Amino acid sequence: MPAIQETVDQVSQIDVDQYKYGFVTDIESDRAPKGLSEDIVRFISAKKNEPDWMLEWRLDAYRRWLTMTEPTWSRVHYPKIDFDDLYYYSAPKSSPGPKSLDEVDPELLAMYEKLGIPLREREILAGVEGASDRRVAVDAVFDSVSVVTTFKEELKKAGVIFCAISEAIREYPEIVKKYLGSVVPVTDNYYATLNSAVFSDGSFVYIPEGVRCPMELSTYFRINERNTGQFERTLIIAEKGAHVSYLEGCTAPMRDENQLHAAVVELVALEDAEIKYSTVQNWYPGDKDGKGGIYNFVTKRGDCRGDRSKISWTQVETGSAITWKYPSCILRGDDSQGEFYSIAVSNGYQQVDSGTKMIHLGKNTKSRIISKGIAAGRSDNTYRGLVSAHRKASGARNFTNCDSLLIGDKCGAHTVPYIESKNASAVFEHEATTSKIADDQLFYCLQRGLSSEEAVALIVNGFVKDVIQQLPMEFAVEAQKLISISLEGSVG
Amino acid sequence: MNAEPRILRTQAEETLALEFAAARTQLPGSPAIAAARESAFATFQKLGLPHRRTEAWRYTDLRALLRTMPPLAVGATAEVSSLADPLPGLDRARLVVVDGIFRPDLSDLNGIDGVTVRPLVDLLQASDARIGQQIATLNDAVVSLNSALMIGGVSIEVPAGARIERAIEIAHVTSSAVASHVRNIVTVGADASVRLLETHVGPAGSAYQANIVTEATVGDRAKVIWAKLQSEGNAAVHLGTLAVTIGTETQFDHLTLMIGATVSRAQTFVTYSGENARAGLFGATMLRGKQHADIALSVDHAVPNGASRELFKAVMDGRSEGVFQGRIIVRPDAQKTDGRMMTQGLLLSEDASFFVKPELEIFADDVQCAHGATSGEIDDDILFYLLSRGIPRPEAETLLVTAFLAEAIEGLGDEAIGDAFEEISRNWLATRGQEAA
Amino acid sequence: MLEIKNLHASIDGKEILRGVDLVVPTGEVHAIMGPNGSGKSTLSYVLSGRDGYDVTEGEIIFDGSDIVEMPAEERAAAGVFLAFQYPLEIPGVATMTFLKAALNAQRKARGEAELTTPDFIRRVKVASEKLNVSQEMLRRPLNVGFSGGEKKRNEILQMALLEPKLAILDETDSGLDIDALRVVSEGVNSLRSPERSMLVITHYQRLLDHIVPDKVHVMSAGRIVRTGGPELALELEAKGYADYAGEAA
Repeated sequence: MPAIQETVDQVSQIDVDQYKYGFVTDIESDRAPKGLSEDIVRFISAKKNEPDWMLEWRLDAYRRWLTMTEPTWSRVHYPKIDFDDLYYYSAPKSSPGPKSLDEVDPELLAMYEKLGIPLREREILAGVEGASDRRVAVDAVFDSVSVVTTFKEELKKAGVIFCAISEAIREYPEIVKKYLGSVVPVTDNYYATLNSAVFSDGSFVYIPEGVRCPMELSTYFRINERNTGQFERTLIIAEKGAHVSYLEGCTAPMRDENQLHAAVVELVALEDAEIKYSTVQNWYPGDKDGKGGIYNFVTKRGDCRGDRSKISWTQVETGSAITWKYPSCILRGDDSQGEFYSIAVSNGYQQVDSGTKMIHLGKNTKSRIISKGIAAGRSDNTYRGLVSAHRKASGARNFTNCDSLLIGDKCGAHTVPYIESKNASAVFEHEATTSKIADDQLFYCLQRGLSSEEAVALIVNGFVKDVIQQLPMEFAVEAQKLISISLEGSVG
Repeated sequence: MNAEPRILRTQAEETLALEFAAARTQLPGSPAIAAARESAFATFQKLGLPHRRTEAWRYTDLRALLRTMPPLAVGATAEVSSLADPLPGLDRARLVVVDGIFRPDLSDLNGIDGVTVRPLVDLLQASDARIGQQIATLNDAVVSLNSALMIGGVSIEVPAGARIERAIEIAHVTSSAVASHVRNIVTVGADASVRLLETHVGPAGSAYQANIVTEATVGDRAKVIWAKLQSEGNAAVHLGTLAVTIGTETQFDHLTLMIGATVSRAQTFVTYSGENARAGLFGATMLRGKQHADIALSVDHAVPNGASRELFKAVMDGRSEGVFQGRIIVRPDAQKTDGRMMTQGLLLSEDASFFVKPELEIFADDVQCAHGATSGEIDDDILFYLLSRGIPRPEAETLLVTAFLAEAIEGLGDEAIGDAFEEISRNWLATRGQEAA
Repeated sequence: MLEIKNLHASIDGKEILRGVDLVVPTGEVHAIMGPNGSGKSTLSYVLSGRDGYDVTEGEIIFDGSDIVEMPAEERAAAGVFLAFQYPLEIPGVATMTFLKAALNAQRKARGEAELTTPDFIRRVKVASEKLNVSQEMLRRPLNVGFSGGEKKRNEILQMALLEPKLAILDETDSGLDIDALRVVSEGVNSLRSPERSMLVITHYQRLLDHIVPDKVHVMSAGRIVRTGGPELALELEAKGYADYAGEAA
């Protein structure tokens, strides 16, 4: 497998202390004053030229948020966030609504290059047609505003809508009204409510009935502006029989202060529809002493609303100082299926509390959870998951496998699954293991001439293989690199 | 009472406050113990009865389940006309505790020479340091309530090197609709070997409450078999806690069988204080009607080279709810820990529920830890295989359920106790469908 | 090729090797026999540079220089190969992936160009056919679910691909039935060459019927106590190790 060889090569090339994506792009920002108030909410809404109903929706969320308190149940520790000391809106100054690449700030394009956006996408961004058979449409979220959407026209021919959510609110209000907040209710949790009040932008995808999206849809998130909370909102709707694969990649520049990121992603799959959502998250994890890094408090949920629908989450989490994230599936339709494949790597002082919820409501619903946690350095890595079958979920099936790998004796790996069955015919199986890379395994590789870093990369790649296989090809290679990079310096 | 005033949220909590205020001067023990009671009750008031948001009690919401409190048992020697034997045919010495009071008159202490048995009251008067020692860091409202209100129980001391062949039973009997708070202290000396039984019974239809806390230490190289049978009356509330510390090279095997009560919770906290200790922790739960039973387990590997095996099985019929919360903790220096935990639930009825939370909390890297959990109904293929061989469905089901539970019961590794407990599971299956609690 | 002088080594402060002296000239195959606990496997680990074994005294001259301080992976690249008594399983890593990673890591360390994929596959194919290693086996995760014979054949396959200067075979016959033993031995014999030395560690003489050594050494209590020709192995087979047991620790 060349990808592994590439990983091995990559390891030897990278300088341990250099966070590859830790640079600041110098583009003048247009931003709201610090702090949060109704006025800021109105400001954001006005900036987006939003209709009144949207403003009301935001204000309602804001008022509810004021009555809520931050959750404390997860195994993450951080100083209290001062929500009045953050910027809630920050947009790169650019000509409004760019229609083509020519209109895009050249600095932005240069940044994509620095970001190492996979070559194929860069070629697409640069307008190189026919570079490959597989095409990816990219909706780049640079700080909060969706800057460029490629292939929009071709997608439109297929009837697919792929645009910034701010645009969708203006252009497709009926669809947005119908689905926004229908999977993650406004008051779902503290961060989701905050997001509902102040979300700045994000992606919107609508796949009409019977349409198989002709390309992978891809988005890149970046947090650039100092002290800017980033609050994307993503909404994906697959109508009856529709199929879509969506890729989300995240990088953020190096910062001293912790930056808050609280996104909400809602997926709706109607009858026979299928949504595959893949994430590679490599935001700045903080430096070697645990200073800086992103706080990533994300609510992602998919609703298998129709019979025989399917939602599949795949995530590779290597970044952020704190990750608090549980991409979930509500298996409402009969025979619907949910999947969660996850790799969470933590090193340094990173804290990860991640997992999934599979809520079986419909008959003969199936779910599968494969989670691989790798803890190194002084990090803490927790899998937290819920699998539940409600009274009517006859014939529900779940298989869960959570494996943790510890590298070094200063880190922690924790597994906290909740299994709740209210239906006798629901069959749930859960297994979890925790182990370390065995000394003799390592020696075996060394004896064959591999360096200890190469050996760890090889063994870890074997450990996470089941999940890597679920990723689209472009991401698989990238993900393996990222894992190896994140684990650098973890073996003495 | 000097404790800070707090608005009590439930009627049960209010009743308890009044009861404690009335009883505190009459509860047995030295001034030091009296002070400890005050502080324990203050802790209880601070915590309140456990509820859904109390993570350790997530599935057993006592604030909702304990609407009213029966009066406190007063320590009078209640008349017990005939003592039902929950384990007929099993030879053992019996230490009978009725409504929290140790009753030598009803007990049989033969065949356990060398073992010292004392009523708890003696230890309370002497401010024995073992009281409260094992539970000091638990921060559990129910245990704090017990520390405030404990009226009796027994102390069992097995001297170092003693090998006690005859099993010793602490028989907890409740006579009527009272709330009794019992504390037992068990001390097993180094190199000793002993088989302990803990039984809990009471009248059917009586809404009594039993809160039993047992603190135990197992000395180095000792070998302990400990089996608990919770077969309380069908309207009772049972809250049982065992907190035990096991020493170097000990072998500690424990089985909890839950069959009685309407609401029950069995908490077991095992802490390793010496290396190379092995614990086997097993559970078998059989529920029907609207019974709710919760087994909570915490295995704390605080030192290196410990091993633990956990196997918990639960069978739920009717509208019952079975709960298992188990946690294996491996502390930062507890290298070479080997911990394996398995939980399996079998739902016999459409309306039954099973809630499981098996946790691994690991801070050392050179460990082998695993847990597994399954939930489901009787395997159709196996059932069909038996049916096709001419075995009628009820018998086939009984066969399969007995075998399912037997694996956990036999894990204890004591044939006589295992046989007696399996007999209970067979009887339970034989009366399936007859009783709707 | 290999010259060991007064080698002392210990694990956790316990001395296992107590002054080993041994010379294996280029192109020769030497066998080391000895009772259990005599230090045979320790010698193989010390030669290949496993962590946790402290060399307290002595030298290991390999190819002209002392390698005592050299890390395991550098020794491998320099041409030291250990066929493990118990080859390790690495879940999720396909055997082919592992072979390629090892081969190219060694080539890189020696400043050689990496093999192209077709070239690599061709080499594996040639070597695997000789050893009766199927393509299917090569696709499976390394050693996972392999039988004892498959694991040992896989070790010899690695040896064939990595072309070491010194091959140490640690109890390669253990766990093999007679047919598997023949296949493995033939594989080893085909790799004998005037440029390559081998150190065959074994408890039993039977392996030496198939891989006939130039010299046989007897190890006991951490020292080479006797050296002779192949006939020494037969003598040990007949008389056992009883004569040497007294010298055990």
